[in-house]
Amino acid sequence: MDAAWIALTLSLKVAGWATAINLLLGVGVGYALARWRFPGRDLVDAVLTLPMVMPPTVLGYYLLVVIGSQGVVGAWLLEHFGIRLIFTWQAAVIAATIVSFPLVFKAARAAFETVDPQLEEAARTLGIRELAVFFRVSLPLAWRGILAGLLLAFARALGEFGATLMVAGSIAGKTQTLSIAVYEAVQAGQDDTANFLVAITSITCIAVLLSAGRLVPGRVLTRG
Amino acid sequence: MTPSAAWDIALCKLLRHSDTHFALDVRFTSAAQRVVLHGPSGAGKTQTLRMIAGITAPDAGRVAVAGRVLCDTSAALALSPQQRRLAYMFQDYALFPHLTVRQNIAFALSAGWRNPSRTAQDPRVDHWLRSFRLQAHASHYPHQISGGQRQRTALARALVTQPAALLLDEPFAALDKPLRQSLRHELKELQAELQLPLLLITHDEDDIACLAEEVVYLEAGHVTGLPLHQVQALDSPLATTD
Repeated sequence: MDAAWIALTLSLKVAGWATAINLLLGVGVGYALARWRFPGRDLVDAVLTLPMVMPPTVLGYYLLVVIGSQGVVGAWLLEHFGIRLIFTWQAAVIAATIVSFPLVFKAARAAFETVDPQLEEAARTLGIRELAVFFRVSLPLAWRGILAGLLLAFARALGEFGATLMVAGSIAGKTQTLSIAVYEAVQAGQDDTANFLVAITSITCIAVLLSAGRLVPGRVLTRG
Repeated sequence: MTPSAAWDIALCKLLRHSDTHFALDVRFTSAAQRVVLHGPSGAGKTQTLRMIAGITAPDAGRVAVAGRVLCDTSAALALSPQQRRLAYMFQDYALFPHLTVRQNIAFALSAGWRNPSRTAQDPRVDHWLRSFRLQAHASHYPHQISGGQRQRTALARALVTQPAALLLDEPFAALDKPLRQSLRHELKELQAELQLPLLLITHDEDDIACLAEEVVYLEAGHVTGLPLHQVQALDSPLATTD
């Protein structure tokens, strides 16, 4: 069962990194889309939502085109830094980040849109600088919605299979995450391992979803 | 203490609503300490106040309050709302719902990235809690207190910054009538005590009777109708409005 624990730890590591990156990216993009009006805003929103609706294998293919050794970014990284991303756990992080990104930025945008712009304006007239307004007013008021999105994204990243398999492969102990290990175990007819892996995956996902359910805004803050 | 022109305002902006466009062009100067901006709904009163506070930018114009030029588009000068040091009270007060009354009042006193703590003591905050009789509610959240208490919390939150002037958008509209009367007098006393220039928007003619030294009447984005400098010691309602 050691292999199962290794796969679980790797999955948690990949999902944790993906969620942390999405915390920064998703909150930033969500805030920008909620507060700035610019032409093509709907198009940007639609394009950024694509990873949620496209087959993961298609995303995986796009990723290979970009970060593969022959890819635009991949070739550049290899040439200048000697970094080969494909078939590393970092590639799995990239795949998981992209797949779960829409869940974070959608939740963040919706959460920021519920924050009354007047509250931010009030803070400005009180002499508070822009960045501080964000951290003292916008973010605390949107935080619960964002957190719920982050937990869903974590669960989604934990279960990511298709894109991950294409860019990170299935190297046991290196890039073989839980969901890929399940697939391998079933293919190899190792029913005990498969059962065990499936059980841990299910328990982890249920735990995450239960926490997310508690955070979805139930307590609506009334405006003063 | 009283500067020659407490208010020197000239603002132009094309306002776009869903169906109509209209050009706001508001100009007035006044040496009065208490000026009331009056007029029908949609005349551009709130827009004017927002431009004075620097929340919205005018297309062109100049704003000088209490002898300080805050905005002059011909000189490419436009101070941010942070730099203007004007107290702005929103119609529904815009209290921070995630902060207690004490934290709301202390909000402007901590400049960093973090909100004042729930227990932090500051003599300036205590002073306003005391003078607005809010001590018993210091640890309550805005949704737990009454309309009048919210109004005073918002006023205290703005006054604690020692602003150069007070801008109030329909300060009493959300309150019931008897309360309005007493808060109106309270505001007048407060203004006399602090000697702060005060500009307030109202629909209520009782507000004008009690508070106005001068009335600026706004209609469809322009200063019209009532002549200025004539509204001292008013005891009867003014021209009929909406």
